[in-house]
Amino acid sequence: MDLSTFLVQCLNAIQYGLLLFLLASGLTLIFGIMGVINLAHGSFYMIGAYLAFALAPYFVDQFLLMLLVGTLLAAAFGFALEWAFFSFLYRREHLQQVLMTYALILVFEEARSLLLGNDVHGVQPPAWLAGSIALGELMSYPVYRLFASAACLVVAALLYFVVNRTKLGMMVRAGASNRDMVRGLGIDIRLLYRGVFAAGVALAALAGMIAAPMSSVYPGMGGGVLIVCFVVVVIGGIGSISGALVASLLVGFVDTFGKVFFSELSGIGIYLLMAIVLVWRPEGLMKRGH
Amino acid sequence: MLAPLSRALPLLVLLALAALPAMLSPYLMDLTVKILVSAIFALSLQLLVGTTGLVSLGHAAFLGIGAYVTVLGSPQGEGASLWWLLPAAVAGAAAYALFVGALSLRTRGVYFIMVTLAFAQMAYFVFHDTKLGGGSDGIYLYVRPTLALGGVQLLDLENKRHVYALVLASLAFTWGLLALLLRSRFGHALQGIRVNEARMRAVGFRTYGYKLAAFVIAGALAGLAGCLLAIQDGVVNPELLSWHESGAVLLMIILGGLGPLRGAVVGALAFTLLKELFASEGLVGPLAAHWQMTLGFTIIAFVALLPRGLVGIRWRKAATP
Repeated sequence: MDLSTFLVQCLNAIQYGLLLFLLASGLTLIFGIMGVINLAHGSFYMIGAYLAFALAPYFVDQFLLMLLVGTLLAAAFGFALEWAFFSFLYRREHLQQVLMTYALILVFEEARSLLLGNDVHGVQPPAWLAGSIALGELMSYPVYRLFASAACLVVAALLYFVVNRTKLGMMVRAGASNRDMVRGLGIDIRLLYRGVFAAGVALAALAGMIAAPMSSVYPGMGGGVLIVCFVVVVIGGIGSISGALVASLLVGFVDTFGKVFFSELSGIGIYLLMAIVLVWRPEGLMKRGH
Repeated sequence: MLAPLSRALPLLVLLALAALPAMLSPYLMDLTVKILVSAIFALSLQLLVGTTGLVSLGHAAFLGIGAYVTVLGSPQGEGASLWWLLPAAVAGAAAYALFVGALSLRTRGVYFIMVTLAFAQMAYFVFHDTKLGGGSDGIYLYVRPTLALGGVQLLDLENKRHVYALVLASLAFTWGLLALLLRSRFGHALQGIRVNEARMRAVGFRTYGYKLAAFVIAGALAGLAGCLLAIQDGVVNPELLSWHESGAVLLMIILGGLGPLRGAVVGALAFTLLKELFASEGLVGPLAAHWQMTLGFTIIAFVALLPRGLVGIRWRKAATP
């Protein structure tokens, strides 16, 4: 493998890892703070991708505006969903959460099939991101992928800032470590939960919208990505955002280079990585102390 | 009065089931076999979830491995002998269960759910991405296995009635084995682990070993169900290992009721019939094409209204005079 191929694969790995981070951070926040295991998280990714497909004709030259509108729509959807379905899951066992969110996947998939059909769609990247940059003499790299990485980095930085530097973030972190104490201090925990859930949905949908021009938009696209997110969360440690970042990048690299070196068995790579982490540190790489 | 009746009930059901093929149409016969195989699969998971309190979301992997071993172990020209094919399918599933269990039992709670799911997905990828089992299209079982003893052919599984007999016998075996296990010291230890693992450890049980044993037994029985499924369907594909299957079997035991063995059987019956009902055009009209939606909302209503399962309804009525 020469240097430019290696570079391209590195860029791919980083881009995939960052995209995973957007998804996994929402999942780990929702679990860490509300204690809900959400199997439907992959569906939000799918909803985001279909949202990009549905909104694209209305925002021809305003891609960024489309991302913003889509994210807000997804957040509103998450807000309503928490109110309707998730708010009574907090006191239930994991088993019932698994069941309820499994049912939601079925509902979302059918709703998607009713509204938009079962065809595979493509979404064009906006004109100003459509080209590619030459890397070395033979290789080139699409600008849109660079944009995707940059967008994910911006969101990650924003997330880090909000969680670690603002009062809202303080409440979120406090809620993750001791729910009852936060309630005792007079913080409206229900509103906090609703907000965190909406943010998680918005992050997943944003990931879906960013991914749409790179991969096609197809039924069932949420399922595969959900399990990869679980792997990320297990490797990183539940509830840890920095753990999610490290684990996402690790998974991105293992998956991308696995595809280069072992094409047929590449699907297994990240699970073996997870197995190794489980043997070595069953609590995840960055699990906070209790 | 009630107690001896309920103890004899499984036996009565077994006798009734044994008499069934005489009066069933081929369609109903297929449906019944499907329900019975699902019941074995659900029983195997009941040992993990209902008895030991380990929520596994990757149980379909063992079903799928049992099914694949059955098909891959059958030569194309003639029927393999069930004497070694069935044990091979069970052993294959048990071996993977040992690997998954040994790793995933290092974690607990929600981690355990995600790790079992991820390892099931790993097995799914092995069959989906490699040519080992025909890739995503799956492979056919050309000639079904036979069972002979001393030159006398006992079962020829090309015959539907023989399949029915084998499946029914396997269900009876699974039920009997689990009933014995639950009454044994081992079974009591597993129930103790579900209720309070820390206390079990404190009184000197090595709970890891117990949980691993339960995991392997459950995997092996799921492999048995997989073998039967392959024999019934005559085809296997990677979707057998998908997490939709794992979710479905979890749903069965919750639908039926967690804990008691009959919960798994009732759940398998209810789930299979519900699915059949929601997908039947004659009964629900145009909704049939969107059966997943109906099923999804039914599950949601169920979780909200009946957290104890179908078996729990009767329980509650019996408890209040």
